[in-house]
Amino acid sequence: MTIEAIQQQIIEEFSAFDDWMDKYNLLIEMGKDTPLIDAQYKTNNHLITGCQSRVWLHAKYKDGKIYFTADSDAVITKGIVNILIRVLSGQSPEDILKADLSYIDNIGLKEHLSPTRSNGLVSMIKQIKLYAQVYKLKMDN
Amino acid sequence: MTTSLNVEALRQAFPVLNQFVYNKPLVYLDNAATTQKPYSVIKRVQQYYEHENCNIHRGVHYLSQQATEAFENSRKYIAGLINASHSHEIIFTRGTTESVNLVASSLGKLLMKQGDRVLITGMEHHSNLIPWQQICHENGTQLLVARINDVGETDLDHYKYLLEQGPKIVAITHISNALGTINPVKEMIHLAHTFNIPVLVDGAQSVAHMQVDMQDLDCDFFVFSGHKVYAPMGVGVLYGKESWLEKMPPYQFGGEMVDQVSFEKTTYNSLPFKFEAGTPNVGAVLGLETALRFVEKTGFEAIAAYENELLAYGHQQLGTIEGMRFIGQAAKKAAVISFLVGNIHPYDLGTLLDKMGIAVRTGHHCAQPLMDRFQIPGTVRASFALYNTFEEIDKLTEAVRRAVTMLS
Ligand SMILES: Cc1ncc(COP(=O)(O)O)c(C=O)c1O
Repeated sequence: MTIEAIQQQIIEEFSAFDDWMDKYNLLIEMGKDTPLIDAQYKTNNHLITGCQSRVWLHAKYKDGKIYFTADSDAVITKGIVNILIRVLSGQSPEDILKADLSYIDNIGLKEHLSPTRSNGLVSMIKQIKLYAQVYKLKMDN
Repeated sequence: MTTSLNVEALRQAFPVLNQFVYNKPLVYLDNAATTQKPYSVIKRVQQYYEHENCNIHRGVHYLSQQATEAFENSRKYIAGLINASHSHEIIFTRGTTESVNLVASSLGKLLMKQGDRVLITGMEHHSNLIPWQQICHENGTQLLVARINDVGETDLDHYKYLLEQGPKIVAITHISNALGTINPVKEMIHLAHTFNIPVLVDGAQSVAHMQVDMQDLDCDFFVFSGHKVYAPMGVGVLYGKESWLEKMPPYQFGGEMVDQVSFEKTTYNSLPFKFEAGTPNVGAVLGLETALRFVEKTGFEAIAAYENELLAYGHQQLGTIEGMRFIGQAAKKAAVISFLVGNIHPYDLGTLLDKMGIAVRTGHHCAQPLMDRFQIPGTVRASFALYNTFEEIDKLTEAVRRAVTMLS
């Protein structure tokens, strides 16, 4: 599926709920989805430190696409990690670099991507884009 | 529950409290981070900018003299309130952090040489830790750190043991912002003085909650921030004993702090101006005086008694939640409750509490070594002020219960 199609899917999943509590219940369920990352990659090498919650990110390149797995110690952060990974994993470096993540605003979770929140998510997105940049360069050469 | 404070009337004096967040009445329980400001303080600052604004200590004209007098009267008032021996022992700074940096840098230059060390406790805020760590590094050493016991109190035996290692300066917090522990600073100061070691007390968390008396404590330095005691941000106090301040070299250089200047040489102004380079935050200083007068008038004892009731009620109510873990259960505690529930991450709890209109702090509270001591990533912290109510604690408890249900 394309990035836009998956984003649309996620927006629809959340739009079933008006109430913030239901939205967060869904997010928490998504956060509990086990395991998003292989235990062997949950090391300091893959750690992105936010000061409130921690995020681990692993990237694997295969046949022109990048596959991400990730985790967080906070379940709400992990929920957001999950919906970012669902969209960005298995895409081409080019599409990842172009991806517009404003769908997070549409589902009313924008505040979690605020740099002042220091939950590691902003750094995770930067890291994802950085991986995409690096693999794109490799492909171009 | 009895209290001599008219809390409902007090609440009316704080405009920020009267608002909704996410369509729910704001429950503000992040007072250890900063307190809200009463109208009287807001109006005092406004009046200064509307009618009195002027640079001080330099103009011969009417406004400048008026502003200078008001500014110096604030200094006198604060000196009297905390029972300093002289008003020139009160130095105005930007806040606790700047006050600590001033002393670390200046007293560090005066007293420390290669191999010398500074003694702190394991519960210091980064602001009363990093400046001293820096001075130690410059002298090729490490900090001496007094251990914290399991309930969050300073281990006094270890403190005494470390005093015997010959530190040159002791810097300790009066009240821990992360745990609420009230350190027995008077005793700790006395112990340090038996070794002739000067002591700085970080009073950032104490001035809003108790009366502090410089003669009684006998500390050499006492520092605090205006914004944590109902005053504006951007102003703080350094109290220092005259005998130390006279000997210490200036911290910053520039206008205001000088006596005679030529291109070859400068002689410095007398206390307190030697330590107040540049234009101070006059409006905030006047606001600080107003805030402290408000606290004094409300009554330190009445405030402490009421906040103790809030603390006890908070422990009791939150304690009914399954899996509740209080981090910091010192016998002497200020109105701060740091907690965790089961294995729930503090960030998750804090996020959901926020959605329910409850403002608490989550994270390490600028005390990472302390969190490491308890092997936790951080805590959720509710901290109370004189305008908080028992109903708000009920709301907090209910909200925590709901959040825990969602997260389990
Ligand atoms: C115990 C303690 N020390 C120092 C500070 C630093 O105060 P400020 O940021 O106002 O300089 C704080 C405030 O967070 C504190 O709680």
